[in-house]
Amino acid sequence: MNALDAIRQDSDTDNISGDATGIGHVIEPGVLDTTHGPILYLEDITVSFDGFKALNALTLTIDRGELHCIIGPNGAGKTTMMDVITGKTRPDSGTAFFGQTIDLTRLNEPQIAQAGIGRKFQKPTVFEELTVYENLALAMKTDKSIWASLFFRLNGEQRARIDEILALIRLADEARRQAGMLAHGQKQWLEIGMLLMQEPQLLLLDEPAAGMTDEETARSGELFLSLAGRYTLIVVEHDMEFIRQISRRVTVLHEGSVLASGTLDQVQADERVIEVYLGR
Amino acid sequence: MLEKTWVFRLLGPKGWSGLALFACLALVAVPFFNLAFPEGHALYLSTHWVTLIGKIMCYAIVALAMDLVWGYTGILSLGHGVFFALGGYAMGMYLMRAIDPAGLPPFMVFLDWQSLPWFWQGTQHFLYAIFLVVFVPGLLAFLFGFFAFRSRIKGVYFSIITQAMTLAAMLLFFRNETGFGGNNGFTGFQSILGHSITAPETRVVLFALTALTLIFFLLLGRYIVTSRLGRVLMAIRDAESRVMFSGYDPLPYKLFIWTLSAVICAIAGALFVPQVGIINPGEMSPANSIEIAIWVAVGGRGTLVGPLIGAGVINGVKSWFTVSFPEYWLYVLGFIFILVTLFLPRGIAGLAGRFAKEQKA
Repeated sequence: MNALDAIRQDSDTDNISGDATGIGHVIEPGVLDTTHGPILYLEDITVSFDGFKALNALTLTIDRGELHCIIGPNGAGKTTMMDVITGKTRPDSGTAFFGQTIDLTRLNEPQIAQAGIGRKFQKPTVFEELTVYENLALAMKTDKSIWASLFFRLNGEQRARIDEILALIRLADEARRQAGMLAHGQKQWLEIGMLLMQEPQLLLLDEPAAGMTDEETARSGELFLSLAGRYTLIVVEHDMEFIRQISRRVTVLHEGSVLASGTLDQVQADERVIEVYLGR
Repeated sequence: MLEKTWVFRLLGPKGWSGLALFACLALVAVPFFNLAFPEGHALYLSTHWVTLIGKIMCYAIVALAMDLVWGYTGILSLGHGVFFALGGYAMGMYLMRAIDPAGLPPFMVFLDWQSLPWFWQGTQHFLYAIFLVVFVPGLLAFLFGFFAFRSRIKGVYFSIITQAMTLAAMLLFFRNETGFGGNNGFTGFQSILGHSITAPETRVVLFALTALTLIFFLLLGRYIVTSRLGRVLMAIRDAESRVMFSGYDPLPYKLFIWTLSAVICAIAGALFVPQVGIINPGEMSPANSIEIAIWVAVGGRGTLVGPLIGAGVINGVKSWFTVSFPEYWLYVLGFIFILVTLFLPRGIAGLAGRFAKEQKA
């Protein structure tokens, strides 16, 4: 039921539950509300470490279903921005909303993951001692409380879902291997597969093509393009070729705030961007 | 068919056969050879051996508990001795009261105390003592774990704090004023539930109970580590941040296995005290807790059966060495530990696994 239906139904009974956020909106706890278009709102986010401002009044809006690339020199605040979105770092000031209603600054990492934000680390992080199959099964969206885990059994539907992802990330033949035995590129893919098992709305990918062969990079690009629309993707990358392959909108970060935004050609032509990258 | 697969998820056919063999030896053979033959007979198994093996089985239970937190979850505790000792002390309180149910325990008479301290009230009841065995160490572990894990204290910092905890507890229990017999602890037990504590029959019953407890916790441990909960624990060990970003809150998982491990240790301590006949603060010494970690490392972390073997082998060698060459034991222990660390990162169980693979190939 979407918010509008809820209003209509409630107005019949004259019993509106939940706080109104504006005309026509009722907060449904834990439900992602993107009726205005954007899925992520970052506003005036500032994070400082011992006086160094890693993020300086960063304001950024990401629309639902877009594939958005973030570039910027080292220390521009890309990873810190991801830390803020996923709850690892609390901003000193500013607001971060997932959809219209979910306040990310009030949730911890697992809660944010359950709300529908998946994150891939720069260094591929998988459970090395577990098999590829077990890695995917663990990540699957389901009740993740401790008692549910003690008695958990995979059902047929869930097995089918794992098989589907295994085929998508091309690791079906490696399903019974220990994840630690995989090649670097395969680990990257496994981690992406784990994100997809979580059925997130928003995927944050930190240098997903790092350490991949050219062929693997090209295939990753195809995969991300096929995911855009169904999911929203934010990709942090250095590889300009890769960005050219996948991006529609690019945002350049510099010293903790947005320097430029637009298509890759637009930002590459931007005087300020050239200055930052070439140090003129 | 469904039941069959469930049963074999816990242990393979070989595992079940091994367990059945162990159960036969511990529950039938040991009692039979101890009780059915008179002392001096060629087939007589002396009570000394029954007690020694019973004691080693208690250590094996502790090693199992340690493996759950260290081997599977990656939390190295260097203070597990405190839970073992607290379980032992709770049982010891009952045994001290059983000496003279109407009066005070002998050490209080010696200290010229007039009445029982409040925390000794009710300890003459066996069931209440059993409750304390589980509750006191369980509560301590829960509170300690809650604050440590919530503050995200990990790795060597966590290990050092556990070491400090057991040291602090030892110093506390050394004091006469604490009310647990000071540095002498509790000893001179006479009876348990009305049976003489030195009678061979009582010894055999305690021995069999220890063996049953060991089997129960082994199966419980297998159930846990083969469930999704167990895989989350291993995932926490390998990449805790990925666990969080996958939507699992590690805190309840760590707290559960940590508290369970402490309670298993405490129950082992409660079985240990009536068999060995003494409990004193020495059990809380940091060295004891470190030794527990060595049993697990030698046996093989993350295998459950390995640590049982590790505890058995190390304590078997120890009981021989400390009689024959007492001054060399610590050197030998250190040497074994270095050898295992350098050449057997997966311990004895890892060696056995490698051997089995080579034979197949």
